[in-house]
Amino acid sequence: MGAKKEKRVVLETKHVKKQFPKVLANDDINMVLYEGEILSLLGENGAGKSTLMNVLYGLYKPTSGEILLEGEQVEFSSPKDAIRKGLGMVHQHFMLVDNLTVTENIILGSEPGKYDFIDYKTARKEVVSISEKYHLHVDPDEIIENLSVGVQQRVEILKALYRKARILILDEPTAVLTPQEVDELFEVVGRLREDGVSIIIITHKLEEVKAISDRVYILKRGKIVGERETSQVTKEDLANLMVGREVVLTVHKDEKEVSGEPILQLEDVVVRNQKGINALDGLSLDVRPGEIVGIAGVDGNGQSELEEALVGLLKLESGRILYKGEDIAVLDTKQRRGKGVASVPADRQKYGLVLPMKVSENMVLGFHDEKPFVKGINLALETIKTHSEKLVEEYDIRTPGVEVPAGNLSGGNQQKVILARELSSDPDFLLVAQPTRGLDVGAIEYIHSQILKMRDKNVGILLISLELEEIFSLSDRILVLYEGKIVKEFIPENTSDKEVGFYMTGGKKTAEERA
Amino acid sequence: MSGIASILNTDLLVATIRLSTPITLAAIGATICERSGIVNIAMEGIMIIGAFFAAVAALFTGNPWIGLLAGVVAGGIFSLIHAVATITFHLDHVVSGAVMNILSFGIVRYLMVMIFGHPGTTDAIPVGLKAYQFAIPGLSKIPVLGPVFFNQTPIVYMSFVLVVLTLIFLKKTKTGLHLRAAGEHPLALETIGVSVYKMRYLGVFVSGLLSGLAGAYLSIENSVSFTEGMANGRGFIALAAMISGGWTAIGSFVAALFFGFADAFQVRMQVFKVLNIPSEIFIIFPYVATVLAVAGLVKKSRPPKADGVDFMIEKEGA
Ligand SMILES: Nc1ncnc2c1ncn2[C@@H]1O[C@H](COP(=O)(O)OP(=O)(O)OP(=O)(O)O)[C@@H](O)[C@H]1O
Ligand SMILES: [Mg+2]
Repeated sequence: MGAKKEKRVVLETKHVKKQFPKVLANDDINMVLYEGEILSLLGENGAGKSTLMNVLYGLYKPTSGEILLEGEQVEFSSPKDAIRKGLGMVHQHFMLVDNLTVTENIILGSEPGKYDFIDYKTARKEVVSISEKYHLHVDPDEIIENLSVGVQQRVEILKALYRKARILILDEPTAVLTPQEVDELFEVVGRLREDGVSIIIITHKLEEVKAISDRVYILKRGKIVGERETSQVTKEDLANLMVGREVVLTVHKDEKEVSGEPILQLEDVVVRNQKGINALDGLSLDVRPGEIVGIAGVDGNGQSELEEALVGLLKLESGRILYKGEDIAVLDTKQRRGKGVASVPADRQKYGLVLPMKVSENMVLGFHDEKPFVKGINLALETIKTHSEKLVEEYDIRTPGVEVPAGNLSGGNQQKVILARELSSDPDFLLVAQPTRGLDVGAIEYIHSQILKMRDKNVGILLISLELEEIFSLSDRILVLYEGKIVKEFIPENTSDKEVGFYMTGGKKTAEERA
Repeated sequence: MSGIASILNTDLLVATIRLSTPITLAAIGATICERSGIVNIAMEGIMIIGAFFAAVAALFTGNPWIGLLAGVVAGGIFSLIHAVATITFHLDHVVSGAVMNILSFGIVRYLMVMIFGHPGTTDAIPVGLKAYQFAIPGLSKIPVLGPVFFNQTPIVYMSFVLVVLTLIFLKKTKTGLHLRAAGEHPLALETIGVSVYKMRYLGVFVSGLLSGLAGAYLSIENSVSFTEGMANGRGFIALAAMISGGWTAIGSFVAALFFGFADAFQVRMQVFKVLNIPSEIFIIFPYVATVLAVAGLVKKSRPPKADGVDFMIEKEGA
């Protein structure tokens, strides 16, 4: 193409290699980024995408190879050098200081003000002005802890914008966003491109790759295995390139009659959040054995509180949680798990894993004091090891071994560790929140099939997901959660995502009120 | 007047300030250190080093101000051992702190024998800083509070100023914000281009300077010689003050005042025998107060999230 020749290369890598103690994460990477381009990076969990980006950003030092910026060779000794040269990065996991305000987090490291004093007034003004400019609404004075993940993601993006990056790296920025938020983000990205910013974006969602990027590199086991103009490929092509086989992008679900007593019933559950507001406000629902009930809703309508109330991390103000007919609201988390309640938490790093502990230890967490994992007063280390190795194999977790710290795994593989542990615990009731957040298409296919298998084994399953597509493809019944209540129930075959979406935003309610 | 009422007077408050000063200084130092993410239990040892070098320098130069400077600098330099061990060599913070405390005893004992030919107490310095006590005109005339806060010795005044400076440093300055971020989410700080190691070195060093000053107070302001064991657990009480003060400058100051009060009260209960019980009982009073304060307040205060957590980039998850 003639047009392509005119494009200026802003960033280029030559034979970049990154060797971790046991893993060759990047192997002979040669890539280019053109000015004003949106480049996607696609690859399975653990393919080495984040590592490569961290190398570009100066956080990791490449084992060998060269990085050229505007044709000039650079060697970053820390992100400081990268930032000075105009790089910005939004990391896969939040880099926000929880107890500081939005403003403080955004300006951190580039604070306005004379001498060493921070000019908070100017800082706040600047934050408000970029947040308005890019239509990324945030409250500049709110403490990070009090924000939902979606808003936190916005803060991360504002942080990069505030530094006026010329090259912006976005590592899975959409993983925790709702469809509306994704649209907002893509608008911002489009605007940045118009300003001449070059962007590298990592996402596992193929339709996003198609929608936003000009070009895509496919990474596999540390190597670049393909480069495509996005307009020239289909989603299916991309999936095949990435996984190396045909991937079924939509799950097949057998018809199944469910009957019998509910295994789990919530009756008028009221739960208060930290701000003292009723986050669950008289919520009732039931789940029968062998049934998948999907909770659809916009983030922040009580999803996390529902999750925490079910596993026993939040006390009920009133109401009951009946499990096999028994009120388990008074039981603690451990006791509930002992009765066959399993859960996959939405926040994998906070509740799901102990990052510095070994993969094998994480694999038995919560069952580590039960047979077969104990021998007398000792842990049965051999059993734990073989058990973990079996799960690593089964769930295709990409790790150099079960003895490495869970924190060393790629984001998606961390998620698979939790799923493996919870699904293999042989539960009667399973709560899954955002089960496929950050997973590649191949892994999603596998996890969905596993969840359906649990359903066939007559496990009652409550699925909380922000992704309507996931809700629709897995659920037998869809419940819409809005402002802490179930406002509507649907059978997926008899509704559309439009209709569900309407209820998710409380739209119908106001229409009815008006009528 | 009779009973307890007889000892509740301005003197008690003056003594409270005097006894709390070294605790205040070490506690605000520890606050800065731990806010950067490095656990510091070595204040006791640093204080001892500071006290010793302050006395020796004051003795040989005849100038207590040079003694003060020597104490502060010695504290700062000694604390760097902790910084190198925990930050550069990733040693466990508590282990390093414990070693520091033990090391300080050894160093001081060795130097005592080398310089003075005996362990125990140094010769008396010609002039102590107490000689420089001065009343601030006007303010010192305020009833009760005047003599307590505004007719004091130099390091006591310095401690008031330093509390305010620490507060401003942590709340208002860029460096203060970076230092706090280093103790909360170090990787977040590193990824916006500020060195976590630098902030943590700074935190440890400042706490060394302040603990050194606390030591100088003990040997050349509150006394005129150095005696082994004169820190007498104050470094650890400072740790308690920092914790019950919720890792803040003001909190540490208030807690230190409380512990100073407990100590002053105890001394008076012993000396004046106001209650008809064995006076030795009261020796334990400040320590019990410490335990109760920490037990009562510690649940409410939130330590920095990454306090005591080692930072090594390529070990962190991606
Ligand atoms: N700090 C580290 N130390 C050791 N190994 C690491 C470290 N970070 C990543 N790895 C390993 O390097 C490989 C690539 O990881 P990376 O995080 O780059 O994957 P990714 O492509 O971003 O995956 P995901 O889509 O799941 O985020 C993985 O095998 C991972 O276990
Ligand atoms: Mg990644």
